[in-house]
Amino acid sequence: MNRWITIRNRVMSYQINRRTAFVIGMLIIANLAAIVVCTGLGSLYISPLEVARTILGIGDSTNSMIILSLRLPRVIIAVLVGSALAVAGALLQGIVRNPLTSPDVIGISGGASLGTVVFILYFSHVSVRFMPLSAMAGAFATAFLIYLFAYRKGITPMRLVLIGIGMATALTALTYMLILTASFTPTAVAVKAFTFMTGSIYGVSWERDVRTLLPWLIVLLPVALLYARHLNVQELGDEVATSVGSRVNVQRTILLIISVALAGAAVAIGGAINFIGLMAPHIARKLVGPAYGGVIPVSGLIGSLVLLLSDLVARTAFIPLDIPAGVFTAAIGAPFFIYLLYRHRNRA
Amino acid sequence: MTAIQAKNLTLAYGQKPIFAELDLAIPKGKITVFIGSNGCGKSTLLRSLARLLKPQGGAIMLDGSEIAKLSSKEVARRLAILPQGPIAPEGLTVHQLVKQGRYPYQSWLQQWSHEDEKQVSRALEATHMDEFSARSVDSLSGGQRQRAWIAMTLAQNTQTILLDEPTTYLDMTHQIEILDLLFELNEREQRTIVMVLHDINLACRYAHHIVAVKDGLIHAQGEPESVMNERLIQEVFDLKCQVATDPIFGTPMCIPYGKGRRLSPETRKTPIGAL
Repeated sequence: MNRWITIRNRVMSYQINRRTAFVIGMLIIANLAAIVVCTGLGSLYISPLEVARTILGIGDSTNSMIILSLRLPRVIIAVLVGSALAVAGALLQGIVRNPLTSPDVIGISGGASLGTVVFILYFSHVSVRFMPLSAMAGAFATAFLIYLFAYRKGITPMRLVLIGIGMATALTALTYMLILTASFTPTAVAVKAFTFMTGSIYGVSWERDVRTLLPWLIVLLPVALLYARHLNVQELGDEVATSVGSRVNVQRTILLIISVALAGAAVAIGGAINFIGLMAPHIARKLVGPAYGGVIPVSGLIGSLVLLLSDLVARTAFIPLDIPAGVFTAAIGAPFFIYLLYRHRNRA
Repeated sequence: MTAIQAKNLTLAYGQKPIFAELDLAIPKGKITVFIGSNGCGKSTLLRSLARLLKPQGGAIMLDGSEIAKLSSKEVARRLAILPQGPIAPEGLTVHQLVKQGRYPYQSWLQQWSHEDEKQVSRALEATHMDEFSARSVDSLSGGQRQRAWIAMTLAQNTQTILLDEPTTYLDMTHQIEILDLLFELNEREQRTIVMVLHDINLACRYAHHIVAVKDGLIHAQGEPESVMNERLIQEVFDLKCQVATDPIFGTPMCIPYGKGRRLSPETRKTPIGAL
């Protein structure tokens, strides 16, 4: 059987790996199933069929209020935040050519967290609508600083990672220091800030969260996919990339902006959810190989699925307690990270 | 005819100058080989000809136009360079690697045209890599891997191909195989090939034009038969040798002095041809 599907007409031509297409199809089905099941589970059980009918708008359920205004926004946010983090991670790993990187490892998420915590602590009187802007500002400021420190006639991946790791540590310390030393902070605000630092999508709403995050992703995810081919040549090394005609530094900067914007947007809504950006691209590479045309969409779908399931566990395992989903992504992610380090121990 | 020309080229790594105001012309449609001792700057020179290094002064002309003024894609359609020891991402297949050579011809919408498909399969055939196209690059042997990278370079379909030590780390069989492949490309399609080689004898066998580099200067250049002699090797490599004639190819062959098992006053007196 032919391993490739060729799409070719007057305006466009693409070659798609049959296996990649199959994996994407399966993951879309798995995501849809997870959306329906996760919406149904909770302190009140609603059957998947009822959920599906309500979402599609057929039949009227007595539970439609719970489904549509309470649970569905949270489930949709899990999909959006999870995929944004995963794609941000996939791009970043490609940019720095290091599989042990993600926006949370090099401090981008940390910058967004700091931005948000500053907002929670000092600007709580301002409309919460501006919180994402504060997170974005933190993410971009961090990326800019990393870039500035790492710049020496262009950006070398290794310097970027090392400086980023330093930044991440410094930012986490700074954020905790802010929370702990703000002695005027009421306990409730401090708890809110801590929950945010762990990463939680508790109590999200259509108006505030979904509507804030969705436009970003509608723009950034397709652009990320279009940039896959630039990332593919960068993966061969700067010299080979230049040889085939890539403007390496310009494209690296644009890719970094896309990655930072995705991570910043995701953190603004979901908090500092760790490890998805690290894990999802790895699983994607295992499934479809290293070409980014496949890695980007597959990472996104896996990130979405991981956060859907993590959040499901987080809100159902200890009812009535609602635990931050970030606890569970970290619980799976940390051992995974050690496994990665172990596996890469013989590589330079 | 000149394929690439360096005019008044000044190169430096940081503060350390490597070449000053150098002029060099690479003949079109020929095989040119840079030779010189380690660290003499031959790789630097090669990479600067392919705009991988930005010169401090002077210019590189590619087919008569200044390379710095052409767009990166424009250059990539005329000139390809294979750097030394490139590394492919884990799990990348040969087909996927070779496809990347089509990058300068692709756009957001056009990523697999008929021409792309044709050039990729041609490159795979020319390098005898078609049977390995589904294999991952990291699972191949050294020689096959190098052939896969050369296939990527060929898929770029450029008139001029530069290679930085394409035979390093390969055993004798694979060295000959790679050089034969490049020779055939030059012979059949008159592509200009410029490469850095360490083996002087192979350089003499394949090159139309040899450029001997020493301490940031072009020490000598020309046809191997006319430039290669004991004095040149002594000056460029600081090595005492005899230059004989290759018994198969009739090209110059350098036999270095040194120590060795059967070195004795008698063998030393015997003319090399009689050994």
